Amino acid sequence: TTEIYTRSIVGSVRCVQETGYQRRVHGIYIKQSMQYIKDMSDQPEQGFSFENTRRNQFLIEKKVVKEPRYTKTGTTIAGMIFKDGVILGADTRATEGPIVANKNCLKIHYLAPNMHCCGAGTAADCDAVTDMISRQLELIRLNTGRECRIVNAATLMSNYLFNYGGYIGAYLIIGGVDCKGPHIVNVYADGMQTWLPFYSTGSGSLAATAILETSYRDDIPLEEAKEIIVRAIEAGIYNDLGSGSNVDLCVITKGKTEFFRNYVSKNKKMFSMEKAFSFPKGTTKVIKETTVKLAEVKVEDVSSPMEILQLTAQFIKTISVSYTHLRAHETREDLVCRLLLEKKKT
Amino acid sequence: RRPPRSTPKPSSAASDVYKRQVHGDYLIDMESIDWSQPIRDGTTIMAVVYDGGVMLGADSRTTGGALIYNRVSDKIEPIHKRIFCLRSGASAHTQKIAQLCRLYIGQLGSELEETPPVYSAAKIIQSFIYNYKSFLSAAMICAGWDPIKGPQIYTIPLGGTLVRENIATGGSGSAYMSGFCDTHYKAGMTRKECRDFMIQSISLAMFRDSSSGGIIRLLDITKDGVSREYISHDQLPLKQNNYSQSCLLYTSDAADEGLGVDLGGR
Repeated sequence: TTEIYTRSIVGSVRCVQETGYQRRVHGIYIKQSMQYIKDMSDQPEQGFSFENTRRNQFLIEKKVVKEPRYTKTGTTIAGMIFKDGVILGADTRATEGPIVANKNCLKIHYLAPNMHCCGAGTAADCDAVTDMISRQLELIRLNTGRECRIVNAATLMSNYLFNYGGYIGAYLIIGGVDCKGPHIVNVYADGMQTWLPFYSTGSGSLAATAILETSYRDDIPLEEAKEIIVRAIEAGIYNDLGSGSNVDLCVITKGKTEFFRNYVSKNKKMFSMEKAFSFPKGTTKVIKETTVKLAEVKVEDVSSPMEILQLTAQFIKTISVSYTHLRAHETREDLVCRLLLEKKKT
Repeated sequence: RRPPRSTPKPSSAASDVYKRQVHGDYLIDMESIDWSQPIRDGTTIMAVVYDGGVMLGADSRTTGGALIYNRVSDKIEPIHKRIFCLRSGASAHTQKIAQLCRLYIGQLGSELEETPPVYSAAKIIQSFIYNYKSFLSAAMICAGWDPIKGPQIYTIPLGGTLVRENIATGGSGSAYMSGFCDTHYKAGMTRKECRDFMIQSISLAMFRDSSSGGIIRLLDITKDGVSREYISHDQLPLKQNNYSQSCLLYTSDAADEGLGVDLGGR
């Protein structure tokens, strides 16, 4: 007999198809006819499963498990329609709480040759969603032989995000030029679409919106439009802690897309070492040396050194080493983070 | 069932700095802007049947907590050539419902090869709101014209009832204009009377309700066609300035003396 897992609105249900007998799950059981099950199983499962949230809440309350840290990503992204097309702008800071995780990350994602998308919110969600949608749009372009419309991308995006009720944290501004003209649309994480001539999202959006509201008018020429977007993003960079570093710009006109990575870069590192330190071998005293025998490998009939490597690779195990054993000059990085062990209160 | 959505509260001092930003001489607490509030069309929506057609009206404010996400939003969604619906409630939910209704009515129109009845559109909206009422937060008004019954309005509030009416109001602002509507509505108005009535009542609601504001969007559906217009803030009969002008009469001396102040400008 085959089991078919179905998800109904009332709850999770498991039914056995052939015999038609029911199983009790979570106190809910529903007897379903076979055709209905087949119809339901053709639909892909949508939405997140929240079955573990109560258990997690209980565990956190009882202090059995610590709640994992929430990474807030601040951003300033903005988009505007100008005379010949659309301009998108974004800052380049990715934060992890109070720490800057990436000083120069890319927030303007590719969707189609005539469309780009700025993403705010959870970085992973933005990347994954825009990647997925851009591939779907590519298939549509191949099947129809036509350039994609912005409304197409917006519908795909908001239909997908709606199914997850806002828990996929992708707050996007899609901008592009299609046969109907230039468009900007803001797709919110719960699936809401807002079609406006200019828009700004992210933690720095209040600052950027202030600039856009005062400066926007219809049919702005290109240079002035670039300057307005740069000022809007800079307002976010200098007045919001979650946004910073450089300004990326993307100018999309009919038939041409120009991407300016780090168009404005006023927050460069002040001082940096030209050459890394170099210590001669033997500077660090070796106190103890241990050799661990991993495996004995017999190699016969080998034609190239590459084969030796491939054969031995399966026997090599990685041994984890504490960070405190590494010295900064022995690594290639400028900085090595060392674990600070907290003193246990006695 | 949906789990409670809560804003994360980091406890370390370093992240408290992130929460507060200094602007000039005063601190702005970033937590006062709650980014996790669902985006709602708090709204004032209204539809009235007049002699010859039906007129729909809505404000244009979309809020998420205290922040206005769109000050010129369009809450009048087209469903078919002569069928429109007004949205109120959670924006994502209502946009989705309207999109699905548009899809099904489009199919129905092709199958029947004639104008689909407004009742069908209302029924489709009702089936979504009623069957998914625990997940959705949507209240809609479906209005239009069809050759069978003429101009019609159907309200579908939160629970999913379907009621046909000649005047329908909805949204958070509708409570503030119910008295005005009850007094001044009469059946069989002319187009101009209906338009003036709607502009006056929606601006009364916008004046008092914080979730409504912006411009008034009007849509007129008759058997001959559909026409749209908007009333911008400086053309509104009730301006926000009314109060501030009267407040100029208030002086601090009066406050110190504990006298009542005559706000004659009201």
